[in-house]
Amino acid sequence: MSTETVDSGKRSVGELISSVAQQKLLAFAGLIVLLVGFSLASPNFMQTANMIAILQATSVNGVLAIAATLVIIAGGIDLSVGTLMTFCSVIAGVILTYWGLPMYIGVPGALLAGVASGAFTGLLIARFRIPPFIATLGMMLVFKGLSLAISGARPIYFNDTPGFDLISRGSLIGYFVPSLPIPNGVLILFVVAIATSYILTRTVLGRFTFALGSNEEALRLSGVDINRWKMYVYSLAGGICGVAGILLASRINSAQPAIGQGYELDAIAAVVIGGTSLKGGQGTMLGTIIGALIISVVANGLRILSVPQEWQIVVTGTIIIVAVYLDILRRRG
Amino acid sequence: MSALVSMTGIGKQFPGVRALHDARFELLAGEVHALMGENGAGKSTLMKVLSGVYQRDEGTVSVDGVAVVFDGPRAAQDAGIGIIHQELSLMNDLTVAQNIFIGREPRLRFGRLDDVALNRNASAIFESMNIGMDPTAVVGSLTIARQQIVEVAKALSYNSRVLVMDEPTAALNDAEIAELFRVIERLKNEGVGIIYISHKMDELKRIADRVTVMRDGETVGTVDAAGTSVSDIISMMVGRELQEERVEIPDLASAPVALEVNGLSRGRAIQDVSFSVKRGEILGFAGLMGAGRTEVARAIFGADPLESGRIAVDGKTVDIKSPRDAVALGIGYLSEDRKHFGIDTEMTVRANVAMATMSAFSGAMGVMNEAAMSERAKHFIERLDIRTPGDTQPVRLLSGGNQQKVVIAKWLMRDCNVLIFDEPTRGIDVGAKSEIYKLLTELAAQGRAIIVISSELPEVLRLSHRIAVMCEGRLTGVLPGGMATQEDIMALATQRDSDGTAFHGQETA
Repeated sequence: MSTETVDSGKRSVGELISSVAQQKLLAFAGLIVLLVGFSLASPNFMQTANMIAILQATSVNGVLAIAATLVIIAGGIDLSVGTLMTFCSVIAGVILTYWGLPMYIGVPGALLAGVASGAFTGLLIARFRIPPFIATLGMMLVFKGLSLAISGARPIYFNDTPGFDLISRGSLIGYFVPSLPIPNGVLILFVVAIATSYILTRTVLGRFTFALGSNEEALRLSGVDINRWKMYVYSLAGGICGVAGILLASRINSAQPAIGQGYELDAIAAVVIGGTSLKGGQGTMLGTIIGALIISVVANGLRILSVPQEWQIVVTGTIIIVAVYLDILRRRG
Repeated sequence: MSALVSMTGIGKQFPGVRALHDARFELLAGEVHALMGENGAGKSTLMKVLSGVYQRDEGTVSVDGVAVVFDGPRAAQDAGIGIIHQELSLMNDLTVAQNIFIGREPRLRFGRLDDVALNRNASAIFESMNIGMDPTAVVGSLTIARQQIVEVAKALSYNSRVLVMDEPTAALNDAEIAELFRVIERLKNEGVGIIYISHKMDELKRIADRVTVMRDGETVGTVDAAGTSVSDIISMMVGRELQEERVEIPDLASAPVALEVNGLSRGRAIQDVSFSVKRGEILGFAGLMGAGRTEVARAIFGADPLESGRIAVDGKTVDIKSPRDAVALGIGYLSEDRKHFGIDTEMTVRANVAMATMSAFSGAMGVMNEAAMSERAKHFIERLDIRTPGDTQPVRLLSGGNQQKVVIAKWLMRDCNVLIFDEPTRGIDVGAKSEIYKLLTELAAQGRAIIVISSELPEVLRLSHRIAVMCEGRLTGVLPGGMATQEDIMALATQRDSDGTAFHGQETA
């Protein structure tokens, strides 16, 4: 073994680490620039109440984006996260309001519905070889239709379940630190992010998630049952959609069967802005959270500056394209 | 000494192809046993049967004298058989240690990973191989040679007593090959049996103890490496009867040169390639897989960039930056991968034939003149004898040979004077092959310059007026057609650079 080749190996690892760091740095720097820019543009922006509003607005999309990140790292795509979220909140409505059962049954029930739905989607993709884009496009409509059918296309309110709204709107942190009334929804977002980050980096499921996205055939030739693990990834993503469903239902104290479609695009946008490759095999939860924050900060800041909502959408679209283009430049350079 | 692995009477059928028939192979402990044969002889298939990737249809495999059946790669690994596939099967985004132990990670409770133990175990393997390697390095950042070492380590981590290496040196430079050979030598001394698939004759002499040659899915024989000459091994590999039909060489003394290429170079893939082809001439390009023939064709066609070199069409130096430029100069390229680059199988014969000449059939508003397209398509259906019920038949319903004719028609529409055919008869049955040969010969007789890239030696000999042979990116010789033999071609195709080019893997990786 010549020392020369050892060195070249180490050097390129160093380059790789720095490039990964740069990628997260890029999104993070973008976030800082936006925060500073909006603060200078409007004195109303950098207020505790507004910051908390931004975080609160990020919670649901952030959790959905985490689910989307898992699937994308595994080399797939999930268009059904938005309507699956709605489906889970409707299931919560059925258990809590229609059946009048307590929260400790309703909430786990809704999460379980998410896991089971994700498992079914995973089954379609892994066993029946339906391309992820098609399978999740179909399931997006299935979940939407089921939500409308079960609820009779009417909102289900949680007025008979006292405390349900506190899941998202209450503030455990504010209870201990009154000056920092961060809502539980935000707390849950960060708990989910840390938990999935742990799963990704420290568990077998996480290792196989990266391996699936990196080279599925190599994983299969290593003697691993790739179908089973693919199903696990989609199941976990489904469960996380369930969390988002509970968060959303709690925040508006109702299950709204007609919303949900369109959320998947915001979630995927957050993943992409956060630097996760749609090719699979790469990605971080931190990047996704930063991506979701960027989307909320832009929406919030532009609203404070009285930019019409139509133009906010144009800006978000532009940011997605610029973020991906910067990533391409970084990889090339 | 009893055999470590013994395979007898192995048969394997794929839809439409008999890949293996009565193949046999025997491996002793502590030997390096080379497995040789032309492309498609069945070497890789036989090894995939051994390693549980494919299930055999007939025959027996025994390890240590005990008959075994492997239902998957895992079962073969558990029996101590490790395989390093031709295409590296590593996960580029994962680290070295993660790759080696994928699916067998040391675990803590609740499915948590023990990365400390993981990296320690990986280090231990590299120490036993006496190789310095950082187990936490991301595999995608390593050179191909280092990735190859990771593959070896991965195979060894299963405590493999049998190690199959499928063309491990294809992407390595000489220094890297020497390093790999040191590893092989060490493993051999520890009693590991190594099956080594390679096309490179000089490597055999350096490391192999015995050589088994395969041809057309059957085992031709096993010989002692030291006591057998390279030419004897080549004869065993090619061994077929010569073609009944022979090529007729036209007198091209006064024919003008249609295409001239000088000093074409790009990295390791193309190294200083120069040749010319005259109008009316068929120039065959022979060589082993990866010799750089397709790369040369794509470079001339403008599909890949060039580092240096001069291309002249009809005596005038031209600057070809894109396939569009090439087509404008009358150069057509028929890809080896018909389905991917040549035709749209969902579309009709008519649409495919007109694909490269669409502007000729569209009016001012871009409306297509279907009647004119149909007329031209029918003309070519008749002229090339394309067997189809009509010009509106989807191409996917045509046989391989007729699909290839549709591609040829597409380029004839453009009036190309230089046509480059890359593996024109791949996936085409024998009857249709001779029709394609006839067609190519006719096209040349009409005054076109034809370049035919083919990995099938009988095909090259049957068609070519002259035969250019490539090896590792270099043009190693040009043989006259009609007289050259398969042995002549193989000798040039395996004539490796002896002075050891100082290129490093990472530059092309």
